[in-house]
Amino acid sequence: MQFGVFTVSDITTDPTTGRTPREADRLKAVLAIAQKAEEVGLDVFALGEHHNPPFFSSSPTTTLAWIAARTERLQLSTSTTLITTNDPVKIAEDYAMLQHLADGRVDLMMGRGNTGPVYPWFGQDIRNGIELAVENYALLRRLWTEDVVDWQGKYRTPLQGFTSTPRPLDGVPPFVWHGSIRSPQIAEQAAYYGDGFFSNHIFWPKEHTQKMVEFYRRRYEHYGHGGADQAIVGLGGQVFMRKNSQDAVAEFRPYFDNAPVYGHGPSLEDFSRETPLTVGSPQQVIDRTLGFRDYVGDYQRQLFLVDHAGLPLKTVLEQLDLLGEEVVPVLRKEFAALKPAHVPDAPTHASRVAAAGGARDATVHAADDVTGRTVEAGAQA
Amino acid sequence: MTTRTLAVVSAGLAVPSSTRLLADRLTAATVDALGERGVTVTVEVVELREHARDLADNLVTGFPSAALRASVDTVVGADGLISVTPIFSASYSGLFKTFFDVLEKDVLTGKPALIAATAGTARHSLALEHALRPLFAYLRATVAPTAVFAASEDWAGGEAGSPALTSRVRRAAGELADLVAGRPPAPPADPFADPATSFEDLLRGSGG
Repeated sequence: MQFGVFTVSDITTDPTTGRTPREADRLKAVLAIAQKAEEVGLDVFALGEHHNPPFFSSSPTTTLAWIAARTERLQLSTSTTLITTNDPVKIAEDYAMLQHLADGRVDLMMGRGNTGPVYPWFGQDIRNGIELAVENYALLRRLWTEDVVDWQGKYRTPLQGFTSTPRPLDGVPPFVWHGSIRSPQIAEQAAYYGDGFFSNHIFWPKEHTQKMVEFYRRRYEHYGHGGADQAIVGLGGQVFMRKNSQDAVAEFRPYFDNAPVYGHGPSLEDFSRETPLTVGSPQQVIDRTLGFRDYVGDYQRQLFLVDHAGLPLKTVLEQLDLLGEEVVPVLRKEFAALKPAHVPDAPTHASRVAAAGGARDATVHAADDVTGRTVEAGAQA
Repeated sequence: MTTRTLAVVSAGLAVPSSTRLLADRLTAATVDALGERGVTVTVEVVELREHARDLADNLVTGFPSAALRASVDTVVGADGLISVTPIFSASYSGLFKTFFDVLEKDVLTGKPALIAATAGTARHSLALEHALRPLFAYLRATVAPTAVFAASEDWAGGEAGSPALTSRVRRAAGELADLVAGRPPAPPADPFADPATSFEDLLRGSGG
């Protein structure tokens, strides 16, 4: 099982000091968090994509490429990549680039984005969200699996004889997860393609996650990709820890009370009961997280949100230490002991290359339209 | 005898409240009227006052607390709905509106509904027609033609109320009973049932 952290890249005032980080500081903080994630033995770092304040992460592949250069084992992912407002051609190019730079340590999580005004900035309309997700992703897959694509659709300029470069590393595109809080169509999409399904599992009651995952698993089996219990499931989670649970609650409460999204609403206690938020000791986080399996089954990836709502970098790094030293080693052991042998691990580049029968050079060389001769063939002649 | 469920939403704030009193009279009259039509009734009352904080939290978080969810499920799953609000500042109360704001889209479509309101003076009575009826029309509920308004003077006749109020209550209850009895109990729609259209259809629909 993979464990990691995901961030939404919010720039939020620290309510305990009144200090708001500069974009530059917050950006650098996220780089430090990613490097720390690898250092403490986590497996995955996932970065969000946003195109409006208070978020900075408009260009995730730039950031992830920097992190790829500074890490060795960390799997890089997104939370999420906007499949609705990004041109699928640009996603195909950007993430194939990143895949090469990171030696295959890349996967993506597709999301629609729920901020209405963002869509028209990119020439789209939120009312077409599901249709955009369906059409754009179908094109993205073709761009990664077919060397030359002729395509016509509803939401983008037609393509004639288009080759997206670079071709995916070793001829195998990055693994894709689909994220949605409660649109069955997206779980259906993930199941149809045999892709992964990620339930964000933060800020919402577990019942949403339970229903979506159960539906995804049923449809995954329906489409013939394997048994329902072999479908690829990822979950989010939100934690804040101190050695003593009372200290964790006291320290996190002002951040909770003023947080974007849910602040100025329910109490920390109510929200902890109604959603998967766990504020307490590392042991409490271990117990709660192990309980996720009771309602989603054996799953492949657990990402934690640890850095939002204005928490200072120093505190976030301490959270990562606790995750790496006390929480994840126990979870790894416990989940592994519970998982039946026929339930697969999360796909990686290595496992996908092996499943494809080995690596192949997928380079497409330019051809001369008239003679059909390639540059290489000409050089050899 | 067949059985139906009747949900009653009361947005009264005082205890006891005249809004709840009117709701109770409408409920009793509807139970009687359904009984005359061979239908037994299970009544579930939702006092919105008890959910005041839950409703504010739902606006902020986007989901109902467990307690509010139980009440929402009661209303959504009922065969008929009686909704009663005090009139504040020329319209339904904010608490009343918030409850209907946090319901999922389309969950009241076709639901037999009776609307009613209370206020200190009869001069507010048309709020039923210019505020409540359009709200329930928007929600696509099937609203009984008679809406019931009770002002302070209607309670002057003691517990039983004025004869005019009593006859309005009886007429409205009869209309709601006809709507409920004339309609088979409908199970709530499950968005997670296997999709009616396949993913291939979704793909074709997009032209991709």
